[in-house]
Amino acid sequence: MTVIQEFAKHPLAKYLRLERFPHIWCEGCGDGIILNCFVKALDDLGINVDKFVVVSGIGCIGRVAGYIKCDSFHTTHGRPIALATGIKLANPKLTIAVISGDGDLFAIGGNHFIHAARRNVDMTVICSNNFNYGMTGGQFGPTTPLDSYTTTTPYGNIEHPFNLVHLAAAAGAVYVARWTALHVKRLTESIKKALQKKGFKFIEVISPCPEIYGRRNKLGKSIDIMKQYRQISQIRHGYDPAKAEITKEKIIVGEFIDIEKPTYGELLQKQFLKIQKKVMGG
Amino acid sequence: MGEEKRVLTGTHFMNGDVACAEGAIAAGCKFFAGYPITPATEIAERMARRLVEVDGIYVQMEDELASMAAIIGASWAGAKSMTATSGPGFSLMQENIGLAVMTETPCVVVDIMRGAPSTGQPTEGAQQDVMQSKWGSHGDYETIALAPASVQEMFDLTIECFNMSETYRVPTFLLADGFTAHLWERVIIPPPEEIKTVERKKPTVPPDEYMPFKPDDDLVPPMASFGEGYHMHVTGLTHDERGYPKTVDPKTQHELVQRLCEKIRKNAGKIIRTHEFVLEDAEVAVIAYGIPSRASLSAVKGARESGIKAGLLRLVTVWPFPEKQVEELANRVKAIVVPEMNYGQIVREVERAAKETPVHFLAKLGGEPHKPSEIFEVIRRAAEA
Repeated sequence: MTVIQEFAKHPLAKYLRLERFPHIWCEGCGDGIILNCFVKALDDLGINVDKFVVVSGIGCIGRVAGYIKCDSFHTTHGRPIALATGIKLANPKLTIAVISGDGDLFAIGGNHFIHAARRNVDMTVICSNNFNYGMTGGQFGPTTPLDSYTTTTPYGNIEHPFNLVHLAAAAGAVYVARWTALHVKRLTESIKKALQKKGFKFIEVISPCPEIYGRRNKLGKSIDIMKQYRQISQIRHGYDPAKAEITKEKIIVGEFIDIEKPTYGELLQKQFLKIQKKVMGG
Repeated sequence: MGEEKRVLTGTHFMNGDVACAEGAIAAGCKFFAGYPITPATEIAERMARRLVEVDGIYVQMEDELASMAAIIGASWAGAKSMTATSGPGFSLMQENIGLAVMTETPCVVVDIMRGAPSTGQPTEGAQQDVMQSKWGSHGDYETIALAPASVQEMFDLTIECFNMSETYRVPTFLLADGFTAHLWERVIIPPPEEIKTVERKKPTVPPDEYMPFKPDDDLVPPMASFGEGYHMHVTGLTHDERGYPKTVDPKTQHELVQRLCEKIRKNAGKIIRTHEFVLEDAEVAVIAYGIPSRASLSAVKGARESGIKAGLLRLVTVWPFPEKQVEELANRVKAIVVPEMNYGQIVREVERAAKETPVHFLAKLGGEPHKPSEIFEVIRRAAEA
């Protein structure tokens, strides 16, 4: 029996394009964990994958769209949210998840992120934050911590990083959470919650990149990074995202924002009915 | 709301941008994403007001990168989709125009050309994006671009853009100059039953047999929509017939790029449209498109009155370039005159097709269209040469 045949017996295998495996990710990468949590969430919710679309951008985690067995779009760099907006508005019956990386969503795609959050377009955005551009060999990005070493910060990073949960909350996301790749059960529950909630939902997942980012910053193997997550992460639901900056000493995780606000689609529908009534009536 | 809202049958006095929007709605456009820009804004304004009446969606995006991405997404969700812009926005759209080419996404991009480079002349018409509409995005590809020369054609050719885009699964451009877009003229909108609309061909096989990028004999693959249970993967990476990335296989790359080009080249005969005026016995042929073709017509008429055997070939289709038509024409005329509102773009294609026949180019920059007398003068000199 081949590895793939063995793999096919896994209860979650039906959500995967098995012919696409093995995946491209390095040993110890957090992206596989995110994929695992994601398909577990689909399974727990009994999601109809015929009406489910995964959209991703460019980067290591960007390949995830090609691994999940549903309609999927692997877009240009930075554009998954803009493209997903078109899909969702043109067919509101579809449930949309955007899964991408910190560089894709917050550097080249930052504008699309804040505007989709502001509009409250109905989609779940999951960001694998590994603090660097892994696919291109480890350059610094918008979340790289100060003083960190990457191939393009050989003397240490002098740029202040984004606090993604603060950014998402300020831009108007109705659900904002952060977990690490260690928090497998909580992350899965968080994804389930987000998928069931209406509006623009954001989940940041702190994800180990032992081969590229970890190696240059002497973070050890993936297991060491996971141990560190366990030591320094603190679960604080309802914590002010503005104060949830990631430091070497502390990673605040949990659900920071969980509010209700009319979605773009709902407001559109309301306006549509009003206009239609006016046109028909008068 | 029914057909009477989709097609505003009747005789109207409207501007080119508005006629374009009405053409789109008549063609079945259900999704418009855009960003305000002169001189294309009136298209967005009209769409914002009108789409809701036909169960369509208007969304104003944060920039043109997003607008182009959104119409691709909407198209895969099954909607006929469109955006409209001008040069600066068209530049930003090139990234995802490439994605639309690679993923074979039907969609229409309207470019109302203004003076350029860069921010240039926002309120002045031009024809400076012709080459950008050919290869503005990176890589080898073929697209379709139509150039209207009247407000009626802003309506008619927008419908044609949708039909061609759906037929060939390629982003299709309405390449209009700012003058034609801002003209006010009579437009006759026919009854719905007289307007030909085309829908993309759908797969006829069940999902487990469907290969989203496996072409039929016409080189165009049938297209399912998201949400229909086909579980398609779509990527801008080089992909096989299943849509899966295959980025280091020379054969896959060669066959894919070849097909993306050939599906347009091999169907060029069906795509290309030109209009001829008194070319039968012409010794000097003017080749024009868009607004200069109107002054060219006057100039040709003037030349005939002066005893010069001049004629006009008007290009309705700019891309794919009507190479055979120009070559055939060049073989039987003494000289060709090409007036363009740029510093020389389509004239290069004309020269290539005309081979030995002399080509006289008449550039016009600055935001003022050619005067018939200016074109007449070049015709006269060409006839005497």
